[in-house]
Amino acid sequence: MKYTEEHEWLRIEGDLVVVGITDHASAQLGDVVFVELPETGTIVAKDEEIVVIESVKAASDILSPLDGEIVEVNEALVATPSMVNDDPLGEAWFFKLKAADLGQMDDYLSEAGYKKLIG
Amino acid sequence: MTLLRTPLHALHEKKGAKMVPFAGYDMPVQYSLGVLKEHLHTRAHAGLFDVSHMGQVVLRGRSYDAVARALEALLPIDVLNLPRGRQRYGFFTTPQGGVSDDLMLANRGDHIFMVVNAGCKIDDIAYLRRQLGPEITVKEITNRALLALQGPAAEAVLAVHHPMVADMGFMDVETVPLAGAECWVSRSGYTGEDGYEISVPVAAAEDLARALLQHSEVELIGLGARDSLRLEAGLCLYGHDIDTTSSPVEAGLAWAIQKSRRAQGDRAGGFPGEERILTELQEGPKRRRVGLLPHGRAPMREGVPLFASADAERPIGAITSGGFGPSLGRPVAMGYVPADMAVVDTQVFGEIRGKRLPLTVVKLPFTPANFKR
Repeated sequence: MKYTEEHEWLRIEGDLVVVGITDHASAQLGDVVFVELPETGTIVAKDEEIVVIESVKAASDILSPLDGEIVEVNEALVATPSMVNDDPLGEAWFFKLKAADLGQMDDYLSEAGYKKLIG
Repeated sequence: MTLLRTPLHALHEKKGAKMVPFAGYDMPVQYSLGVLKEHLHTRAHAGLFDVSHMGQVVLRGRSYDAVARALEALLPIDVLNLPRGRQRYGFFTTPQGGVSDDLMLANRGDHIFMVVNAGCKIDDIAYLRRQLGPEITVKEITNRALLALQGPAAEAVLAVHHPMVADMGFMDVETVPLAGAECWVSRSGYTGEDGYEISVPVAAAEDLARALLQHSEVELIGLGARDSLRLEAGLCLYGHDIDTTSSPVEAGLAWAIQKSRRAQGDRAGGFPGEERILTELQEGPKRRRVGLLPHGRAPMREGVPLFASADAERPIGAITSGGFGPSLGRPVAMGYVPADMAVVDTQVFGEIRGKRLPLTVVKLPFTPANFKR
Protein backbone atom coordinates (compact mmCIF):
# COMPACT_ATOMS: atom_id res chain seq x y z
CA MET A 1 0.00 0.00 0.00
CA LYS A 2 1.21 3.52 -0.85
CA TYR A 3 -0.06 6.85 0.44
CA THR A 4 -0.14 10.35 -1.03
CA GLU A 5 0.28 13.60 0.85
CA GLU A 6 -3.30 14.30 -0.25
CA HIS A 7 -4.42 11.46 2.06
CA GLU A 8 -5.17 8.90 -0.63
CA TRP A 9 -4.18 5.27 -0.46
CA LEU A 10 -3.11 3.20 -3.49
CA ARG A 11 -3.26 -0.56 -3.60
CA ILE A 12 -2.06 -2.79 -6.45
CA GLU A 13 -4.69 -5.31 -7.52
CA GLY A 14 -3.55 -7.40 -10.47
CA ASP A 15 -2.56 -4.91 -13.16
CA LEU A 16 -4.77 -2.17 -11.67
CA VAL A 17 -4.31 0.39 -8.92
CA VAL A 18 -7.22 0.82 -6.47
CA VAL A 19 -7.53 4.29 -4.90
CA GLY A 20 -9.33 5.44 -1.77
CA ILE A 21 -8.88 7.93 1.06
CA THR A 22 -7.33 7.22 4.43
CA ASP A 23 -9.23 6.89 7.69
CA HIS A 24 -7.46 10.05 8.84
CA ALA A 25 -8.88 11.93 5.84
CA SER A 26 -12.34 10.45 6.36
CA ALA A 27 -12.35 11.53 10.02
CA GLN A 28 -11.16 15.02 9.10
CA LEU A 29 -13.85 15.39 6.43
CA GLY A 30 -16.68 14.44 8.78
CA ASP A 31 -19.92 12.89 7.59
CA VAL A 32 -19.68 12.40 3.81
CA VAL A 33 -22.96 13.21 2.07
CA PHE A 34 -22.08 13.35 -1.63
CA VAL A 35 -19.66 11.63 -3.99
CA GLU A 36 -19.26 12.36 -7.70
CA LEU A 37 -17.16 9.87 -9.65
CA PRO A 38 -15.53 10.08 -13.09
CA GLU A 39 -16.83 7.96 -15.95
CA THR A 40 -15.07 4.72 -16.70
CA GLY A 41 -12.83 5.02 -19.72
CA THR A 42 -11.72 8.52 -18.75
CA ILE A 43 -8.05 9.16 -19.43
CA VAL A 44 -6.64 11.04 -16.47
CA ALA A 45 -3.42 12.84 -15.69
CA LYS A 46 -1.60 12.77 -12.39
CA ASP A 47 -2.94 15.48 -10.02
CA GLU A 48 -6.09 16.00 -12.07
CA GLU A 49 -9.21 16.52 -9.92
CA ILE A 50 -11.39 13.54 -10.73
CA VAL A 51 -13.65 12.90 -7.72
CA VAL A 52 -15.77 15.41 -5.82
CA ILE A 53 -16.45 14.52 -2.24
CA GLU A 54 -18.64 16.62 0.04
CA SER A 55 -19.11 16.28 3.76
CA VAL A 56 -21.54 18.18 5.96
CA LYS A 57 -18.74 20.69 6.36
CA ALA A 58 -17.16 21.25 2.96
CA ALA A 59 -16.43 20.11 -0.56
CA SER A 60 -13.08 18.64 -1.51
CA ASP A 61 -11.52 16.97 -4.52
CA ILE A 62 -9.66 13.75 -4.94
CA LEU A 63 -6.78 13.95 -7.37
CA SER A 64 -5.71 11.21 -9.68
CA PRO A 65 -2.47 9.97 -8.15
CA LEU A 66 -1.19 8.60 -11.46
CA ASP A 67 -1.48 9.01 -15.22
CA GLY A 68 -3.75 6.37 -16.65
CA GLU A 69 -7.29 5.28 -17.48
CA ILE A 70 -10.22 4.88 -15.10
CA VAL A 71 -11.44 1.32 -15.64
CA GLU A 72 -13.86 0.95 -12.75
CA VAL A 73 -15.61 3.25 -10.27
CA ASN A 74 -17.37 2.38 -7.02
CA GLU A 75 -20.98 3.32 -7.82
CA ALA A 76 -22.09 2.18 -4.36
CA LEU A 77 -20.53 5.35 -2.92
CA VAL A 78 -22.88 7.54 -4.94
CA ALA A 79 -25.93 5.87 -3.38
CA THR A 80 -24.38 5.53 0.10
CA PRO A 81 -21.75 8.25 0.65
CA SER A 82 -21.54 7.38 4.37
CA MET A 83 -19.52 4.28 3.37
CA VAL A 84 -16.55 6.64 3.14
CA ASN A 85 -16.81 7.20 6.90
CA ASP A 86 -17.65 3.61 7.76
CA ASP A 87 -15.00 1.72 5.83
CA PRO A 88 -12.56 4.10 4.08
CA LEU A 89 -9.79 1.54 3.70
CA GLY A 90 -12.01 -1.31 2.47
CA GLU A 91 -15.46 -1.12 0.87
CA ALA A 92 -15.22 2.60 0.15
CA TRP A 93 -12.57 2.53 -2.59
CA PHE A 94 -13.22 5.24 -5.21
CA PHE A 95 -11.83 4.02 -8.51
CA LYS A 96 -9.53 1.52 -10.20
CA LEU A 97 -6.93 2.88 -12.53
CA LYS A 98 -4.88 1.28 -15.28
CA ALA A 99 -1.61 3.13 -14.71
CA ALA A 100 0.41 4.36 -17.67
CA ASP A 101 3.58 4.09 -15.62
CA LEU A 102 3.59 2.18 -12.36
CA GLY A 103 6.94 3.81 -11.66
CA GLN A 104 4.97 6.89 -10.55
CA MET A 105 4.00 4.86 -7.47
CA ASP A 106 7.56 5.23 -6.23
CA ASP A 107 6.96 8.93 -5.53
CA TYR A 108 4.49 8.10 -2.79
CA LEU A 109 4.80 7.41 0.90
CA SER A 110 5.04 4.10 2.68
CA GLU A 111 2.66 3.44 5.58
CA ALA A 112 5.36 4.52 8.05
CA GLY A 113 6.01 7.67 6.03
CA TYR A 114 2.30 8.52 5.94
CA LYS A 115 1.91 7.98 9.67
CA LYS A 116 4.75 10.38 10.22
CA LEU A 117 3.06 12.94 7.96
CA ILE A 118 -0.19 12.94 9.91
CA GLY A 119 1.64 12.87 13.24
CA MET B 1 -4.74 37.12 18.15
CA THR B 2 -5.62 35.00 21.16
CA LEU B 3 -9.01 33.38 20.90
CA LEU B 4 -11.48 34.07 23.69
CA ARG B 5 -12.84 31.15 25.69
CA THR B 6 -16.33 30.62 27.04
CA PRO B 7 -16.85 29.46 30.65
CA LEU B 8 -17.48 25.94 29.26
CA HIS B 9 -14.22 25.72 27.30
CA ALA B 10 -12.65 23.14 29.61
CA LEU B 11 -15.80 21.00 29.47
CA HIS B 12 -15.77 21.05 25.66
CA GLU B 13 -12.20 19.81 25.59
CA LYS B 14 -12.96 17.09 28.12
CA LYS B 15 -15.92 15.98 26.02
CA GLY B 16 -13.78 15.55 22.91
CA ALA B 17 -14.88 18.66 21.03
CA LYS B 18 -13.15 19.70 17.87
CA MET B 19 -12.53 23.39 18.47
CA VAL B 20 -12.49 26.06 15.76
CA PRO B 21 -12.18 29.85 15.77
CA PHE B 22 -15.58 31.53 15.49
CA ALA B 23 -16.22 35.26 15.95
CA GLY B 24 -13.02 35.56 17.98
CA TYR B 25 -13.84 32.59 20.24
CA ASP B 26 -12.43 29.09 20.39
CA MET B 27 -15.71 27.19 19.89
CA PRO B 28 -16.78 23.54 19.55
CA VAL B 29 -17.76 22.78 15.94
CA GLN B 30 -18.59 19.18 16.80
CA TYR B 31 -18.06 16.50 19.43
CA SER B 32 -17.35 12.81 18.95
CA LEU B 33 -20.86 12.08 17.60
CA GLY B 34 -20.19 14.25 14.54
CA VAL B 35 -22.37 16.89 12.90
CA LEU B 36 -24.89 14.51 11.31
CA LYS B 37 -25.70 12.51 14.44
CA GLU B 38 -25.67 15.63 16.63
CA HIS B 39 -28.22 17.21 14.33
CA LEU B 40 -30.50 14.15 14.34
CA HIS B 41 -30.13 13.74 18.10
CA THR B 42 -31.35 17.29 18.68
CA ARG B 43 -34.44 16.74 16.52
CA ALA B 44 -35.22 13.41 18.24
CA HIS B 45 -34.22 14.10 21.86
CA ALA B 46 -32.35 17.15 23.18
CA GLY B 47 -29.12 18.97 22.43
CA LEU B 48 -27.12 21.24 24.71
CA PHE B 49 -25.38 24.13 22.98
CA ASP B 50 -22.85 26.56 24.40
CA VAL B 51 -23.77 29.93 22.92
CA SER B 52 -21.87 31.99 25.48
CA HIS B 53 -20.01 33.77 22.68
CA MET B 54 -23.20 35.70 21.92
CA GLY B 55 -23.62 39.14 23.41
CA GLN B 56 -25.88 39.51 26.44
CA VAL B 57 -26.89 43.09 27.08
CA VAL B 58 -29.08 44.76 29.72
CA LEU B 59 -30.68 48.13 28.94
CA ARG B 60 -31.96 50.20 31.83
CA GLY B 61 -33.55 53.64 32.13
CA ARG B 62 -36.15 55.42 34.22
CA SER B 63 -38.68 52.73 33.36
CA TYR B 64 -39.23 49.91 30.88
CA ASP B 65 -41.29 52.29 28.74
CA ALA B 66 -38.49 54.85 28.66
CA VAL B 67 -36.01 52.24 27.44
CA ALA B 68 -38.52 50.81 24.96
CA ARG B 69 -39.25 54.21 23.42
CA ALA B 70 -35.55 54.99 23.04
CA LEU B 71 -34.85 51.57 21.51
CA GLU B 72 -37.71 51.88 19.03
CA ALA B 73 -35.69 54.61 17.30
CA LEU B 74 -33.15 51.91 16.33
CA LEU B 75 -35.38 49.06 15.15
CA PRO B 76 -38.74 48.52 13.44
CA ILE B 77 -40.07 46.45 16.33
CA ASP B 78 -42.89 47.12 18.78
CA VAL B 79 -40.86 47.13 21.99
CA LEU B 80 -43.28 49.30 23.98
CA ASN B 81 -46.15 46.82 23.91
CA LEU B 82 -44.04 43.74 24.47
CA PRO B 83 -45.62 42.32 27.63
CA ARG B 84 -43.59 41.79 30.76
CA GLY B 85 -42.02 38.33 30.76
CA ARG B 86 -42.10 38.06 26.96
CA GLN B 87 -39.37 37.96 24.34
CA ARG B 88 -39.43 39.08 20.72
CA TYR B 89 -37.18 38.63 17.66
CA GLY B 90 -35.91 41.82 16.08
CA PHE B 91 -33.08 43.49 14.17
CA PHE B 92 -31.23 46.78 13.97
CA THR B 93 -31.76 48.49 10.63
CA THR B 94 -29.36 50.78 8.79
CA PRO B 95 -30.22 54.20 7.27
CA GLN B 96 -30.30 52.41 3.87
CA GLY B 97 -32.86 49.90 5.17
CA GLY B 98 -30.42 47.00 5.55
CA VAL B 99 -29.89 44.92 8.67
CA SER B 100 -26.88 45.52 10.91
CA ASP B 101 -27.69 42.65 13.32
CA ASP B 102 -30.57 40.44 14.34
CA LEU B 103 -31.35 39.81 17.99
CA MET B 104 -33.74 38.70 20.71
CA LEU B 105 -35.09 41.21 23.20
CA ALA B 106 -37.04 40.50 26.38
CA ASN B 107 -39.16 42.62 28.69
CA ARG B 108 -37.81 41.68 32.10
CA GLY B 109 -39.97 44.08 34.08
CA ASP B 110 -37.81 47.10 34.78
CA HIS B 111 -35.27 46.46 32.02
CA ILE B 112 -34.67 44.98 28.58
CA PHE B 113 -32.46 41.92 28.16
CA MET B 114 -31.06 41.54 24.69
CA VAL B 115 -29.07 38.76 23.02
CA VAL B 116 -27.07 39.75 19.93
CA ASN B 117 -24.72 37.94 17.55
CA ALA B 118 -21.16 37.30 18.70
CA GLY B 119 -19.62 38.81 15.60
CA CYS B 120 -21.65 42.01 15.94
CA LYS B 121 -21.70 42.53 19.69
CA ILE B 122 -18.87 45.05 19.97
CA ASP B 123 -20.40 47.23 17.27
CA ASP B 124 -23.92 46.76 18.63
CA ILE B 125 -22.98 47.85 22.14
CA ALA B 126 -21.06 50.88 20.91
CA TYR B 127 -24.02 51.78 18.69
CA LEU B 128 -26.52 51.41 21.55
CA ARG B 129 -24.38 53.59 23.84
CA ARG B 130 -23.99 56.24 21.15
CA GLN B 131 -27.64 56.31 20.10
CA LEU B 132 -29.63 55.78 23.29
CA GLY B 133 -28.27 58.81 25.12
CA PRO B 134 -27.23 59.36 28.73
CA GLU B 135 -30.63 58.40 30.19
CA ILE B 136 -30.24 54.75 29.20
CA THR B 137 -27.46 52.53 30.53
CA VAL B 138 -26.14 49.77 28.30
CA LYS B 139 -24.43 47.00 30.22
CA GLU B 140 -22.77 44.03 28.59
CA ILE B 141 -23.28 40.99 30.80
CA THR B 142 -19.94 39.21 30.89
CA ASN B 143 -20.42 37.27 34.13
CA ARG B 144 -22.97 34.90 32.62
CA ALA B 145 -22.71 32.01 30.19
CA LEU B 146 -25.52 31.28 27.73
CA LEU B 147 -26.69 27.72 27.15
CA ALA B 148 -29.37 26.48 24.79
CA LEU B 149 -31.23 23.25 25.47
CA GLN B 150 -33.13 22.33 22.31
CA GLY B 151 -35.28 19.46 21.18
CA PRO B 152 -38.51 17.63 22.00
CA ALA B 153 -37.10 16.30 25.30
CA ALA B 154 -35.95 19.75 26.48
CA GLU B 155 -39.05 20.44 28.58
CA ALA B 156 -39.04 17.10 30.39
CA VAL B 157 -35.31 17.42 31.11
CA LEU B 158 -35.30 21.00 32.36
CA ALA B 159 -38.49 20.51 34.39
CA VAL B 160 -36.60 17.98 36.53
CA HIS B 161 -34.42 20.90 37.62
CA HIS B 162 -37.31 23.30 38.11
CA PRO B 163 -40.98 22.53 37.37
CA MET B 164 -41.73 26.17 36.51
CA VAL B 165 -40.18 25.82 33.06
CA ALA B 166 -42.90 23.41 31.92
CA ASP B 167 -45.49 26.17 32.25
CA MET B 168 -43.58 28.61 30.10
CA GLY B 169 -44.93 29.15 26.58
CA PHE B 170 -42.91 29.89 23.43
CA MET B 171 -41.04 33.20 23.91
CA ASP B 172 -41.86 33.47 27.61
CA VAL B 173 -39.01 34.60 29.87
CA GLU B 174 -38.64 33.88 33.57
CA THR B 175 -36.08 34.03 36.34
CA VAL B 176 -35.58 30.41 37.45
CA PRO B 177 -33.18 28.97 40.03
CA LEU B 178 -31.09 26.24 38.34
CA ALA B 179 -27.90 24.64 39.67
CA GLY B 180 -28.30 26.86 42.72
CA ALA B 181 -28.04 30.03 40.68
CA GLU B 182 -30.41 32.70 39.41
CA CYS B 183 -30.91 31.89 35.75
CA TRP B 184 -32.68 33.97 33.13
CA VAL B 185 -34.58 31.47 31.05
CA SER B 186 -36.46 31.98 27.80
CA ARG B 187 -38.47 29.36 25.96
CA SER B 188 -36.83 29.87 22.59
CA GLY B 189 -33.88 28.90 20.49
CA TYR B 190 -32.61 28.83 16.94
CA THR B 191 -33.06 25.25 15.81
CA GLY B 192 -36.77 25.11 14.95
CA GLU B 193 -37.28 22.88 17.98
CA ASP B 194 -38.91 23.56 21.31
CA GLY B 195 -36.39 24.43 23.97
CA TYR B 196 -34.83 26.99 26.25
CA GLU B 197 -32.03 29.49 26.33
CA ILE B 198 -30.51 29.85 29.76
CA SER B 199 -28.37 32.76 30.92
CA VAL B 200 -26.49 31.32 33.88
CA PRO B 201 -23.88 32.93 36.17
CA VAL B 202 -20.37 31.85 35.15
CA ALA B 203 -19.73 30.20 38.53
CA ALA B 204 -22.68 27.82 38.01
CA ALA B 205 -22.38 27.30 34.24
CA GLU B 206 -20.37 24.07 34.22
CA ASP B 207 -22.45 22.60 37.07
CA LEU B 208 -25.64 23.30 35.14
CA ALA B 209 -24.20 21.88 31.90
CA ARG B 210 -23.03 18.73 33.69
CA ALA B 211 -26.40 18.34 35.45
CA LEU B 212 -28.20 18.54 32.09
CA LEU B 213 -25.75 16.12 30.49
CA GLN B 214 -26.59 13.58 33.20
CA HIS B 215 -29.86 12.99 31.37
CA SER B 216 -29.53 10.25 28.76
CA GLU B 217 -31.63 12.35 26.35
CA VAL B 218 -29.07 15.19 26.30
CA GLU B 219 -25.92 15.38 24.15
CA LEU B 220 -23.54 18.29 23.64
CA ILE B 221 -24.02 19.75 20.17
CA GLY B 222 -21.49 21.85 18.26
CA LEU B 223 -21.76 24.81 15.92
CA GLY B 224 -21.80 22.52 12.86
CA ALA B 225 -25.14 21.00 13.76
CA ARG B 226 -26.41 24.33 15.07
CA ASP B 227 -25.94 25.64 11.53
CA SER B 228 -27.68 22.73 9.76
CA LEU B 229 -30.54 22.84 12.30
CA ARG B 230 -31.20 26.54 11.78
CA LEU B 231 -30.87 26.14 7.99
CA GLU B 232 -33.54 23.41 7.91
CA ALA B 233 -35.66 25.64 10.18
CA GLY B 234 -35.38 28.41 7.55
CA LEU B 235 -33.75 30.81 10.02
CA CYS B 236 -31.37 33.54 8.88
CA LEU B 237 -27.71 33.58 9.82
CA TYR B 238 -26.43 37.13 10.14
CA GLY B 239 -23.62 37.94 7.69
CA HIS B 240 -24.87 35.25 5.32
CA ASP B 241 -28.65 35.38 4.75
CA ILE B 242 -28.99 38.93 6.03
CA ASP B 243 -26.56 41.82 6.15
CA THR B 244 -26.45 45.57 5.61
CA THR B 245 -27.41 45.14 1.92
CA SER B 246 -30.57 43.08 2.53
CA SER B 247 -33.74 44.66 3.84
CA PRO B 248 -35.83 42.77 6.38
CA VAL B 249 -38.67 42.66 3.84
CA GLU B 250 -36.45 41.03 1.20
CA ALA B 251 -35.25 38.60 3.83
CA GLY B 252 -38.80 37.48 4.61
CA LEU B 253 -38.70 39.01 8.08
CA ALA B 254 -41.69 41.34 7.63
CA TRP B 255 -43.61 39.16 10.13
CA ALA B 256 -41.30 40.57 12.83
CA ILE B 257 -42.35 44.17 12.07
CA GLN B 258 -45.51 44.78 14.09
CA LYS B 259 -48.46 46.83 12.77
CA SER B 260 -47.73 49.68 15.20
CA ARG B 261 -44.44 50.40 13.40
CA ARG B 262 -45.84 50.17 9.85
CA ALA B 263 -47.54 52.92 7.83
CA GLN B 264 -50.78 53.92 9.62
CA GLY B 265 -49.52 52.34 12.84
CA ASP B 266 -49.62 54.49 15.97
CA ARG B 267 -45.81 54.66 16.07
CA ALA B 268 -45.23 54.23 12.32
CA GLY B 269 -41.66 54.55 11.10
CA GLY B 270 -39.13 56.39 13.20
CA PHE B 271 -36.40 53.77 12.68
CA PRO B 272 -33.33 53.83 10.42
CA GLY B 273 -34.16 53.00 6.81
CA GLU B 274 -37.89 53.52 7.31
CA GLU B 275 -38.30 54.93 3.80
CA ARG B 276 -37.12 51.77 2.06
CA ILE B 277 -38.65 49.36 4.55
CA LEU B 278 -42.12 50.95 4.68
CA THR B 279 -42.16 51.23 0.88
CA GLU B 280 -41.19 47.58 0.44
CA LEU B 281 -43.86 46.55 2.95
CA GLN B 282 -46.50 48.22 0.77
CA GLU B 283 -45.17 47.65 -2.73
CA GLY B 284 -43.16 44.48 -2.24
CA PRO B 285 -39.37 44.14 -2.50
CA LYS B 286 -37.36 43.63 -5.71
CA ARG B 287 -35.97 40.29 -4.53
CA ARG B 288 -36.84 37.78 -1.85
CA ARG B 289 -35.12 35.14 0.24
CA VAL B 290 -36.53 31.71 -0.61
CA GLY B 291 -36.02 28.09 0.24
CA LEU B 292 -34.31 26.10 -2.51
CA LEU B 293 -34.20 22.33 -2.98
CA PRO B 294 -31.40 21.10 -5.24
CA HIS B 295 -32.74 18.23 -7.38
CA GLY B 296 -29.68 16.02 -7.10
CA ARG B 297 -27.57 14.96 -4.20
CA ALA B 298 -24.88 17.62 -4.61
CA PRO B 299 -24.96 20.21 -1.82
CA MET B 300 -25.05 23.81 -3.06
CA ARG B 301 -23.41 26.13 -0.60
CA GLU B 302 -23.18 29.84 0.11
CA GLY B 303 -22.03 31.83 -2.92
CA VAL B 304 -23.35 29.49 -5.61
CA PRO B 305 -24.77 31.78 -8.32
CA LEU B 306 -28.37 31.22 -9.41
CA PHE B 307 -29.63 31.47 -12.99
CA ALA B 308 -33.12 31.62 -14.50
CA SER B 309 -32.25 28.92 -17.04
CA ALA B 310 -29.55 26.42 -17.93
CA ASP B 311 -28.04 28.81 -20.50
CA ALA B 312 -28.85 32.28 -19.11
CA GLU B 313 -25.84 34.57 -19.15
CA ARG B 314 -26.32 36.63 -16.02
CA PRO B 315 -27.05 35.32 -12.55
CA ILE B 316 -30.35 36.39 -10.97
CA GLY B 317 -29.20 35.82 -7.41
CA ALA B 318 -27.12 33.60 -5.20
CA ILE B 319 -27.33 31.02 -2.46
CA THR B 320 -26.69 32.56 0.95
CA SER B 321 -26.81 29.36 3.07
CA GLY B 322 -26.72 25.81 1.85
CA GLY B 323 -25.59 22.35 2.69
CA PHE B 324 -26.83 18.92 3.56
CA GLY B 325 -30.02 18.77 5.62
CA PRO B 326 -29.64 15.70 7.83
CA SER B 327 -33.34 15.53 8.78
CA LEU B 328 -34.36 15.64 5.13
CA GLY B 329 -31.50 13.42 4.01
CA ARG B 330 -30.82 15.71 1.08
CA PRO B 331 -29.25 19.04 0.28
CA VAL B 332 -31.16 22.21 1.18
CA ALA B 333 -30.40 25.87 0.56
CA MET B 334 -31.68 29.42 0.92
CA GLY B 335 -30.92 32.35 -1.31
CA TYR B 336 -32.23 35.45 -2.99
CA VAL B 337 -34.13 35.49 -6.29
CA PRO B 338 -36.07 38.29 -8.04
CA ALA B 339 -39.53 38.74 -6.51
CA ASP B 340 -41.30 37.44 -9.63
CA MET B 341 -39.38 34.16 -9.31
CA ALA B 342 -39.95 33.84 -5.57
CA VAL B 343 -42.91 31.59 -6.24
CA VAL B 344 -43.15 28.01 -4.97
CA ASP B 345 -42.30 25.40 -7.65
CA THR B 346 -40.30 27.87 -9.79
CA GLN B 347 -37.21 26.17 -11.17
CA VAL B 348 -33.84 27.91 -11.12
CA PHE B 349 -30.29 26.70 -11.77
CA GLY B 350 -27.24 26.83 -9.55
CA GLU B 351 -23.77 26.64 -11.04
CA ILE B 352 -21.27 24.36 -9.33
CA ARG B 353 -18.04 23.09 -10.80
CA GLY B 354 -18.98 24.60 -14.15
CA LYS B 355 -22.31 22.76 -14.33
CA ARG B 356 -25.82 24.19 -14.07
CA LEU B 357 -27.96 22.05 -11.80
CA PRO B 358 -31.68 22.60 -11.15
CA LEU B 359 -33.25 23.70 -7.86
CA THR B 360 -36.89 24.25 -6.98
CA VAL B 361 -38.16 27.22 -4.98
CA VAL B 362 -39.95 25.88 -1.90
CA LYS B 363 -41.67 27.22 1.18
CA LEU B 364 -39.62 27.70 4.33
CA PRO B 365 -39.03 26.08 6.76
CA PHE B 366 -37.83 22.75 5.37
CA THR B 367 -38.66 21.05 8.66
CA PRO B 368 -41.85 22.09 10.48
CA ALA B 369 -41.29 24.20 13.58
CA ASN B 370 -41.85 22.29 16.79
CA PHE B 371 -42.45 25.22 19.15
CA LYS B 372 -44.54 25.13 22.32
CA ARG B 373 -47.41 27.48 21.47
